[in-house]
Amino acid sequence: MNPKDLATTAKNTWCPGCGNFSIMSAMRMVLAELDSEGFPVENVVLVSGIGCHAKIVDYMNVNSFYSIHGRTLPAASAIKIANPDLQVICFSGDGDSLAEGLDHLIFAAKRNIDLTLILHDNRVYGLTTGQYTPTSPQGFKGKSTPGGAIEHPMNPLELMLVCGASYIARGYTHGIQQLQTLFKEAILHKGFSFVDVLQVCVSYNNLYESYNKWTYTVQGNDAANFEEAQKIIRSWNYDRSEVPIPLGKFYEIEASRFDQAFSQRRPNLSERDGKILALLENFI
Amino acid sequence: MNDFSTLVGGIAGDGINEAGLTVARLFSRLGYHIYMYYDYPSLIRGGHNFSLVRASRQKIAAHMDQIDVLIALNQETIEKHTSRLKDNSFVIYDADKVKLDETKHKGCGLAITQILKEADAPAVMKNTCIIGGYCKVVDIDWSVLEDVLKKHMPKMLELNLQVARQGYDQAAELCHIDRRADHADSHLDEQDQKPLPIINGNLAISLGLIKAGLGAYVAYPMTPSSGVLDFMARYARDFGLKVIHPESEIAVMLMAQGFAYAGVKAAVGTSGGGFCLMTEGISLAGMAEMPVVVVMAQRTGPSTGLPTYTAQGDLHFVLNAGQGEFPRFIVAPGDAEEAYYWAGVALNLAWKYQVPSFILTDKIVSESQYSFDIDLAGDLTSELKELAEQAPLLWDGQGEYKRYRCTETGVSPLAFPPQKGQVIKTDSYTHDEGGITSEDTQITRETSDKRERKGQFLAADLERYETVKVFGDEKSKTALLCWGSNKGVCMEAALKLGLRVIHVLVLSPFPERKLKSVLQGVERLLAVECNSTGQLAKLAGFYGIEIQDRILKYDGRPFSVEDLLRELGRVLA
Repeated sequence: MNPKDLATTAKNTWCPGCGNFSIMSAMRMVLAELDSEGFPVENVVLVSGIGCHAKIVDYMNVNSFYSIHGRTLPAASAIKIANPDLQVICFSGDGDSLAEGLDHLIFAAKRNIDLTLILHDNRVYGLTTGQYTPTSPQGFKGKSTPGGAIEHPMNPLELMLVCGASYIARGYTHGIQQLQTLFKEAILHKGFSFVDVLQVCVSYNNLYESYNKWTYTVQGNDAANFEEAQKIIRSWNYDRSEVPIPLGKFYEIEASRFDQAFSQRRPNLSERDGKILALLENFI
Repeated sequence: MNDFSTLVGGIAGDGINEAGLTVARLFSRLGYHIYMYYDYPSLIRGGHNFSLVRASRQKIAAHMDQIDVLIALNQETIEKHTSRLKDNSFVIYDADKVKLDETKHKGCGLAITQILKEADAPAVMKNTCIIGGYCKVVDIDWSVLEDVLKKHMPKMLELNLQVARQGYDQAAELCHIDRRADHADSHLDEQDQKPLPIINGNLAISLGLIKAGLGAYVAYPMTPSSGVLDFMARYARDFGLKVIHPESEIAVMLMAQGFAYAGVKAAVGTSGGGFCLMTEGISLAGMAEMPVVVVMAQRTGPSTGLPTYTAQGDLHFVLNAGQGEFPRFIVAPGDAEEAYYWAGVALNLAWKYQVPSFILTDKIVSESQYSFDIDLAGDLTSELKELAEQAPLLWDGQGEYKRYRCTETGVSPLAFPPQKGQVIKTDSYTHDEGGITSEDTQITRETSDKRERKGQFLAADLERYETVKVFGDEKSKTALLCWGSNKGVCMEAALKLGLRVIHVLVLSPFPERKLKSVLQGVERLLAVECNSTGQLAKLAGFYGIEIQDRILKYDGRPFSVEDLLRELGRVLA
């Protein structure tokens, strides 16, 4: 399969230079590759929230559920539980998953449900034209914080680590090769996979220069070691401080999964009728 | 004796609900129909609980204020409920704990604490002991109680039987109950021949949904809907259900739609507060055309209100919940049999028209206990096919699949992933036939028309159903207009006063034509509702139906038969 076959005719409305293009290209390549390796693309379901990130599902000729703001994960969780053969991939924004839908993110990690979440982390609200998000640095001057954001940002990877996500990685939209590697690993990983993508918003938060200067890829780390992963993750806290920003896979373990707990066998109509009548006997 | 009411009262934690059910089961075995109202405050231990068990030779779905026997496990029960006693009523009580002025009331005190002590039985068995005494007092054979205990208290059965027998032996016979044997030479209704199961509306809804092919149930606990979640979770394995209790009602509503997208029929349950959180998802179901069933069990509001008490205050909320315009199905069953039947219909219609479908109950329908005759639950001879699992309109596999293909009825054929060579796209934005976002004016108008058409076909389809029921004197010029749990009390009051009763079951699409036809000849229409504004009356008024009087109750408690007769006496005087 050619990655180009995974395009739709929908008109693309991302800004020129938007980091979302890299995420989409990387994902198309990974899905095409997986299709040729025995993971058919018709088994893939993409789920998005609302925001610039979410338009990706309109641009990909793949099964999709274009959900509402912050609500990617509950819809995705049920799709996976309904049919465990489906490969469910969520696209979400930092406003989407870390503000409006934070509870769902925490619970998805806590359940270690077999889903992949790609966080388009541009650290700004793009579609609503420039407000601060949970990963914007303190002092960020957005439309809703003209005097600068009062709060410090949250570190979503640190949160995911303590909540029970079993695959945690970070990529950058200037490193499409690395995005492909991480996306493929995350999809094939059995459990909740969280990939934070530093996605540049050219219109409201252009961090290309800063990211190009400070990002580096971790090498030789022991991804099965919680403490080591935590140390790498904590080495950059999303604030403005000028420190190296690690990229790559930080954590991967095997753990029991929520989606394994459901019975797939349903009694047929006459069996059900019999069971209903038998059950009613208990109430006489 | 055709009608016999027993009140069991004590503190929360005494097992008052179970004690009430035991009384109900005794009478059920004697061939009576049962209705039980259970009143409890929102706490775990302490506070006053009571079960009001009414047994009747007729089918009933309402309680009476006056009682024949008061079973008092504590003093508060005496103080709160002796006003309900009639001249020939009597009290059976724990003489070690409770004082009764026997010059005022007939009574039978049992030395329960002592009996339990001698038997070395735990305090919770005082229920069994006092019900043993109760059976003697009202002249129910020991063998009937033995049968109930054996079936429903298998744990520590011997000890339960022992303390029950002690209670039975200590008590004196004070009255005489009709038993089936007494009627050996008189005519009995067919349904009196076998004891019926006694279930609440929540259980009936659960069974109706399962019967119609439910595959998943998702809910966050909230009184009075939690009984559905408890049941579904307990029997998930038996019926192959996927049952999830997630982080919030927001997640609940979205999960239901994830299931629908993947082809699994799902339902959710909540009460007003939780339903508030579901509304953004309800609107998504409207736009994305996702079939989902919502069990919405009303309680007293606004806000936290009275968590364990009833109301019919959310009709207009459910009619209008969610931004934008889209069709929805709303049914408000009036008892357990209607709850069973219409739950199945609600699931089938949700999938047939790809709309949100609501089963609107209240604390009364959800948690009261009713004798349940599955053979009478809806006219199964002609409508069985509606309850049997129906396949929704499925894609025929020809050509390119389009999730939102434009059709005459507005209903697009469904397909579920995976489909080789096809994509299935659903979208919360306005979208084209393929499910891709569009802001085009024509598409916006056409998709709106498509949803509207589904509503019209749903309304036409409902003509085949009994969306409005008429009871009582069908020729009376005075009629009571009611919905939901007030069905039972209105039927009884109407029977006594010779009035017509019009029970509106389906509230959306509103059965305007049917309602107007059954209103023919009515000169005076009285709305009977458990809210402070007359919500059905307002809705009917929107269709030009004039309501002359409103009888409204909004203190969290249901109408008793006496309440309604008194109000009708006042209004009709």
